[in-house]
Amino acid sequence: MRPVIKRRTLMQALATTAVACALPLTAVAETYDTSRVVAIGGATTEIVYALGEADRLVARDSTSAYPAEALDLPDIGYMRALAAEGVLSVEPTLILTEPGAGPPETIAVLQAASVPMVVVPAPYSAEGILAKITAIGDALGVPDKAQVLADDVRAALDDVAAQVGGDEAAPKRVLFVLSTQGGRIMASGTNTAADGIIALAGGINAIDQFEGYRQLTAEAISVAAPDVVLMMDREGDHSATPEALFAMPEMATTPAAQSGALVRMDGLLLLGFGPRTPQAAQALHDVLQEQS
Amino acid sequence: MMASDTTALPFVDRRNTARRAHLVLGALLVLVSLASLAVGASGTSLWGALMKLAQGQPLTLTERVVLWDIRAPRLVMGICVGSALAVSGAVMQGLFRNPLADPGILGVTSGASLGAVSIIVLGAALPAAVQSTLGAGLLPVAAFLGAWGSMLLLYRVSTRAGRTSVATMLLAGIALGALFAAFSGILIFLADDMQLRELTFWSLGSLAGASWLKLTIAAPVILVSLVLACSLGRGLNGLALGEAAAHHMGIPVERTKTLAILAVSAATGTAVAISGGIGFIGIVVPHLLRLATGPDHRGLLINAGLLGASLLLAADMVARVVVAPAELPIGILTALLGSPVFLWILLRKRGLVDM
Repeated sequence: MRPVIKRRTLMQALATTAVACALPLTAVAETYDTSRVVAIGGATTEIVYALGEADRLVARDSTSAYPAEALDLPDIGYMRALAAEGVLSVEPTLILTEPGAGPPETIAVLQAASVPMVVVPAPYSAEGILAKITAIGDALGVPDKAQVLADDVRAALDDVAAQVGGDEAAPKRVLFVLSTQGGRIMASGTNTAADGIIALAGGINAIDQFEGYRQLTAEAISVAAPDVVLMMDREGDHSATPEALFAMPEMATTPAAQSGALVRMDGLLLLGFGPRTPQAAQALHDVLQEQS
Repeated sequence: MMASDTTALPFVDRRNTARRAHLVLGALLVLVSLASLAVGASGTSLWGALMKLAQGQPLTLTERVVLWDIRAPRLVMGICVGSALAVSGAVMQGLFRNPLADPGILGVTSGASLGAVSIIVLGAALPAAVQSTLGAGLLPVAAFLGAWGSMLLLYRVSTRAGRTSVATMLLAGIALGALFAAFSGILIFLADDMQLRELTFWSLGSLAGASWLKLTIAAPVILVSLVLACSLGRGLNGLALGEAAAHHMGIPVERTKTLAILAVSAATGTAVAISGGIGFIGIVVPHLLRLATGPDHRGLLINAGLLGASLLLAADMVARVVVAPAELPIGILTALLGSPVFLWILLRKRGLVDM
């Protein structure tokens, strides 16, 4: 009965293939020499610290400013404008980076010098943070620690989500203002870290007509009718007091101006999308609730 | 007044100074080049590597990558870009008889910027086939096309019946430059903040993107245009007296103008395409040399090339060491290093600044 045998062989082959395909998903994809690690991206560095693996770090990029100890590491510059020799000079055995490290020429040289590079996913969502933690844990060879951290973060995020689900008041319309330099209001549209954290905290982004950060016209702000204005808390930035902000004519008519609802939070905490994001979401959720 | 007697023009007396300057500046360039190979963020030593090679030992991977893939192409690119910008500046100032002229005035730089901005902002929307074939070369190619496109347009605008009007070209260059800047502005409005930062860094210039692949395309173009530009010395000397006078001296005026514009746009366009916007060198290097060795273009052009290359290499060395392991954009440094020197010489030799 040739056909039967053939079918069985086929089934076996299929099964073997399935197992082979499934394997890389369960096992750690690759093991790296993690004695000298360069971390690129604020959240990446934060996660390495949260995993307790900071002693492996030899350098960081200019966006990695938390925790404060990270600032003591050599700074290899802005992630889109890395210098090949600068990166090689810290003798890295592994580079952990968020997407967008460049320029391409530098990346090509680093590949020629056979420095392994792991690109960590970075979407602005709860799942994104967990994926980041898992990827970094795998790359550093500490998947168990990463699992613990990911579970903690997931629990904290679920907790905030549950509170958001139980909110009685209608969700607040939140306008994230990046800057008000020279009287021009730069605000966040969709697909930004600000948009992500507003959603996690149970708010609604008041601006959904564009992606990224743009300068808003006066009328668009009245139409957006934000209940709350959210800004980053920069040291020494006196331009963004509630009085100054709500005195701007385009702001004066908004519900936020009437109730004086300006929320200011630390930028890295708010927009980092790292292990501290549940904290940020919780804090933002709490202030949004206070406003009702 | 002895203006009618060409042999008695003052610049003729300074030819020996210019020749001595060739030697001095040539030696300077060799020294700076060696230093440029030896200096860098990593501890890799040129001397150590040479000793190893002499003894027939293999280099480590890091040594090979740092010296051959990072520092050597940067050296060659620094020489190409620095000399291209300085010589182009000297030619432009001669051609327009205007001490403020630099390659940017023809809109070449704005054209190149528009090309670069388009790729940074809209590059992801290109067909995947184009992206994968050109890869990292996409941005330089676009910048080069932008530079050349703007140059051709300008040339068409200012040439009528085979005669190129230098005055029209100067004004049209400014108008076209503003137009391209406006197009770039539209794209900048569309850009997200990551792209904006990338743009800022591009416009400050850097030699960090040097690679042999880029140089095999760019270096021959720059070399040919520089040789062409340096052969125009006599013609530019004639044009300094005015087009009519130059014509009576037997100088092919139209041909000189066309060749000068061609050489400058090819050299600058290519330089900007591979290194971004590096300002300052095109203005200051020629003026420094005029102050030191006189306005005769025959010696000036070559000296400008030598000094421009040395200045850019020196700036690049500082750029990659001073904030290591990060790197400063080089446009900041060329201005930071060169401007005080320029001001100092201006103040010392006040009154000599006369084109």
